[in-house]
Amino acid sequence: MTGRPRPFVRGGLAAGLAVLVTLGLLLAAGAPPLRTLGVMAVSSLGSPTALLRTLSTLTPLLLCGAAVSVTFAANLWNIGIEGQIILGAVCCQGWLMACDPAGALPPAVCLTLSLAAAMAGGAAWALLAGVLRTHGRVHEIFSGLGLNFVALGINLWLILGPWQRPGMASLSGTVPLPEAFRLPALGGQPMSLVGLGLAVAAYVGVFWLLRRSFFGLTLAAVRQNPQAAALLGLAPKRRLLAAMAICGALAGLTGGLLVTGLYHRLIPSISGKYGYMAMLAALLASLRLPYLPLACLFFAALTVGGIQLPLELSLDSSLAGVIQGVMVLTLCTAGRLWPTASRRQP
Amino acid sequence: MTPDMVAAQLAAVLFAAAPLILAALGETLAERAGVINLSLDGLMLLAAMTAFVAARSSGSPWLGLAAGTGAGLAVAGVLAVVGILLGASELAVGFILTLFCRDLAYFLGHSQARLPGPTLGVWNLPLLGDLPVLGTTVFRSSPVVPLSLVAVAGAWWFFGHTRVGLVHRAVGEAPQAAAARGLPVRRVKVLACLAGGALAGLAGACYSLSVKPGWGHPQGCEGAGWIALAIVIFGGWRPVRVACGAVFFAAVQVAGILLQGVLPGLTGTLFQIAPFPVMILVLLAVNGRRTTAFGRALGRLPLVGRLLSGPGGGAPGAVAGILDKRG
Repeated sequence: MTGRPRPFVRGGLAAGLAVLVTLGLLLAAGAPPLRTLGVMAVSSLGSPTALLRTLSTLTPLLLCGAAVSVTFAANLWNIGIEGQIILGAVCCQGWLMACDPAGALPPAVCLTLSLAAAMAGGAAWALLAGVLRTHGRVHEIFSGLGLNFVALGINLWLILGPWQRPGMASLSGTVPLPEAFRLPALGGQPMSLVGLGLAVAAYVGVFWLLRRSFFGLTLAAVRQNPQAAALLGLAPKRRLLAAMAICGALAGLTGGLLVTGLYHRLIPSISGKYGYMAMLAALLASLRLPYLPLACLFFAALTVGGIQLPLELSLDSSLAGVIQGVMVLTLCTAGRLWPTASRRQP
Repeated sequence: MTPDMVAAQLAAVLFAAAPLILAALGETLAERAGVINLSLDGLMLLAAMTAFVAARSSGSPWLGLAAGTGAGLAVAGVLAVVGILLGASELAVGFILTLFCRDLAYFLGHSQARLPGPTLGVWNLPLLGDLPVLGTTVFRSSPVVPLSLVAVAGAWWFFGHTRVGLVHRAVGEAPQAAAARGLPVRRVKVLACLAGGALAGLAGACYSLSVKPGWGHPQGCEGAGWIALAIVIFGGWRPVRVACGAVFFAAVQVAGILLQGVLPGLTGTLFQIAPFPVMILVLLAVNGRRTTAFGRALGRLPLVGRLLSGPGGGAPGAVAGILDKRG
């Protein structure tokens, strides 16, 4: 064996470099570096409340992380995940607005069906990008990007137009959902932990699908050599579409959970950029599924920690995004500087 | 409408289009050499922030313009080193960079948000400013308008009439063949990426110093980078067509603002997102017309067929493999 460092040594190097860059940036912005990181750590992990807040941020991240793992496994860059989250949220909200809390269907059934509608909406939006890729030869990054903006437009139009609050259209969102249509919260916490359960289930499901199922094997074949996969009769186009649909369904579910579990209404920035963040988390985990929850948890803690910065140190909360970007970028660079011997399965 | 009102609307369109033209030309420069710079949106925000802060602290908007250009150059430099020299996926690095630069801009610019700062103001060129329509639209407006027009002319001349431009196109069109001819492919790609980033940085600076003056969260130019990316495809990677595309979408947006009074509700959002479905349709048409029955049918349509026909349409060879996915 040559002197090639193991992946986690490389990860350590990248993390060290990222810490240095972050400290440099903090100094450049005139902030006390160590105190800033301390505030972030305490406000994300320092108390039971903070921990719950981090866990509730972990929910959409882990769900989207599991979602993009499926498309990454097919070598697809599903940037359109943001739009898929939005469409999921829109479908969920639309379904719940059509339901009557005192109607024939029990609220729990309505709620379950609304999440199913969210999954269908997200999957449909993803399939649109997928078909553009397989049959229109349009790269999924460009179609996804375009469809993200279209989804944003649809969302904004619904909030300001047909679904506006009675009397006035407002950017604060639609009318809040009735109590019966909200996912049960835990001890007054902002986000329902039902969502976390679903996210963990989705992660386990994706793990099984990619690592243990025949579908996962064929997806790996399509990723590594589409031509050979086609000759073997693996129908690469259908596999790509299936991967997109699964990813879209999980992204849509994320949107549905954000509506029913967190915001209790449709808001303009409903996706919260969780889709993009989850893609970065998946890249931070070097596209390896076992590391994904850790990367998501880390990003969730950073995000929650960042929210306290404007209040305590009058710094912008986007520091969380800066640290995430630095880490992924340095890891990416480190990966090229010191490549590992072989590329393992996701 | 009187000629003066028409001229005023035209001036508004050209003013809104100027930074879009610069950014789209920057991306054209990069893509014609085979480099897709996906970091455009974040890069422009970072450049806008840098330009505003530099202009504010030095008092000179021109120094701000230079600083914004430098910021664009730096971001493109990261992409060039990691993406081209180290060989990581350009799309991946560009995507990470765009998210990173956006957050970096808001983090570093936080203390300067919503403060008054210098702007580029309005130029009134002595004799030219009195010309009937051109005076109002070009010579008695913000300096960014003539700047963008000069850039279009420069890019057109560079690609079509210089030896270096020919080398640039050759590298983007067929890198292997260019390498076989002894052209320094990597160096050209790096330089094109840097020049493109600098132009996009200039565009970002134009936003915070003139078109959407000031810095805040969110800055007015948010999303402009993605629109510029779409315009490059819409304009078929040719400078003049790209500039026309930028003017077209700026006109659509100005019309959206005008129509908002007449048709409230939908129009504003609709005109904001208009470039993106158009981008997808153009990619579909450009890719499809090469082989598929759909493309042949499209080519037979009277007007569309003529617009899409002609050699050299479609993506430069080196990026075509990314933009045109077979299977």
